[in-house]
Amino acid sequence: MEELAKKRLKFKVFRFNAETDYLPHYDEIELEVAQDEVVLDILNRIKWEHDGTLSYRRSCRHGICGSCAIKVNGKPVLSCKERVFDLVKIFGEELVLDPQDKKRAYKDFVIDKSNFWEKYNGVKPYLIAEIDEHPESENIIPPKEADKIEDADYCIQCGNCFYACPVVEVNEEYFGPAAFVKAYRFTADVRDNAKKERLEIVDKIGPGVWDCVKCFECAEACPKELSPITKITHLHNQIFEEGVAKNNVAVRHAVGFKHSIKKHGILDEGELVRYSEGNFGVLKHLPEAIAMFKKGKIVPPWKMPKSKNLDEVKKLIKSSSTKKF
Amino acid sequence: MGKLKYALYTGCTARESTPELLKSTLAVAEALDIELVLLDEATCCGASHLQDFDDFLSLVLNARNICYAEKLELPMVTICNTCQLNTSLTKERLDNDEELKNKVNEKLREVGLEYKGTSEVKHFLYALIDDLGVEEIGKKVKKPLTDINWAAFYGCHNIRPSELQMHNNGGENPYNPTSIDELIKVLGGNNVDYDHKNKCCGFHVELQAPNTANKLSASALTDAIDNNADAVVTPCPLCHLRLDVQQHNISKAAGREVHIPIFHLPQMIGLALGIEPEKLGINHHVTEVDFIN
Repeated sequence: MEELAKKRLKFKVFRFNAETDYLPHYDEIELEVAQDEVVLDILNRIKWEHDGTLSYRRSCRHGICGSCAIKVNGKPVLSCKERVFDLVKIFGEELVLDPQDKKRAYKDFVIDKSNFWEKYNGVKPYLIAEIDEHPESENIIPPKEADKIEDADYCIQCGNCFYACPVVEVNEEYFGPAAFVKAYRFTADVRDNAKKERLEIVDKIGPGVWDCVKCFECAEACPKELSPITKITHLHNQIFEEGVAKNNVAVRHAVGFKHSIKKHGILDEGELVRYSEGNFGVLKHLPEAIAMFKKGKIVPPWKMPKSKNLDEVKKLIKSSSTKKF
Repeated sequence: MGKLKYALYTGCTARESTPELLKSTLAVAEALDIELVLLDEATCCGASHLQDFDDFLSLVLNARNICYAEKLELPMVTICNTCQLNTSLTKERLDNDEELKNKVNEKLREVGLEYKGTSEVKHFLYALIDDLGVEEIGKKVKKPLTDINWAAFYGCHNIRPSELQMHNNGGENPYNPTSIDELIKVLGGNNVDYDHKNKCCGFHVELQAPNTANKLSASALTDAIDNNADAVVTPCPLCHLRLDVQQHNISKAAGREVHIPIFHLPQMIGLALGIEPEKLGINHHVTEVDFIN
């Protein structure tokens, strides 16, 4: 049998004990790592062979319990799934092991995940339906309906997307990607009777989907490749479909693109801001507008460029629009 | 190698709030002997918002834009990360779903167009790096950017989702992107290593959540400044608008004075190629560029 490739690597390991430490520090250790080892093997080896006080969560070892999620050089990983050699390809031969959120560490890699669960519970993550316990026949859901849930049901609540989301970091009330995936899992379920109620919950500016910055960190972080941001887009669509959308700045901003494209083909930036904010709201952008105007960054309305073949665009908007607001 | 030729999808900002991006892109292309054909028929891509309202309409409009590059039988280049996202996302969905493609083409045929899927879509940055090559650019440097510390700010939509963009960006890793850093070195500058180079500036929630946007921009710019950056350079005009125009609000969010010039990628390249700052539109910046004479 061919021998596995090995590499000598340096690991910087986050250490912190909330009961005794004021600040965290990093332990450094060099280990010979084989090609087939995953990050969890490294944590185990450090704990079992070098320092028994190292703490981290682990359970299934098969990528399904979601407990061993950590960050390596800032990249969210499931320890039991991520090969160390793949990380070396990205980051080189020094790897920094951190908990998902350093600010929430209790003991080394064990973090207080209560903010994750609080948000998760906030979207009512369960089926709300009147179930006939003694039905006369089976309750059949056609595959076409079941397909709408997509892969949203495969979330393992590891928290990788939540702790990778930059909005979660700066806005404490924001639900975050995992809760949105779960909300969608039920708003897309034909059996569920609380679709509108859930959509009202995720429609609120502040905690809801309108605060998503579209950075795709969640899609990148998910070990199950569920693309949470795609579910966020679906929620936006359902908010319009179910008549839940409010006449507010975020909704007008999304809708405003259609109006602007219809008029000019390319976007009328100033008009989009006015349309979104309203005639009074737009005044708060005056300082920026003046600064931009001085630097030739604002095109006056009479000079607004238009796309060529605009009649084509107008026809397409008429024939291809599927939503109303 | 024959002359490189592309269909240029300018996006909206390059024709309105960031005229310097279009100026500098055209100037750099000329200096590097690259031919760009402007797609004047193209519309707005929906800026990652229109599809929240009407997904199908967004697909039809983006497909129409690509049709015009296909008609010219040219690959399309974008100069805005979000244009790159929406255009390539549309392309991927249509190329992998015959039924959806037919539905979109049904509408496009009414105006005499058909989406085929024959044009590649990549950002100008990666056209330069993958098609022309960093070394070729290096050969044309006339005024090396010596002693300038540049912090590359990559912008989300060129590097994420990597599953989509890896085919258009030479396999750049979203957790450790290197292309702009390599370019900086070839142009004779110093590249600044800092944690926030692949993070989000918050542009897309500027209207509904200005606090979020300002805090994210503040984290990025203070990180660059604390790592001795003289300037930030970005391939995305939306990041540029946020970081260049909003520094007074970013300063408030940071709780300290944040002042650093922000460059568009082609402006930085243009300086090294010896193009006059005026021709690169340096005078259009809200945050003054105070170290170039």
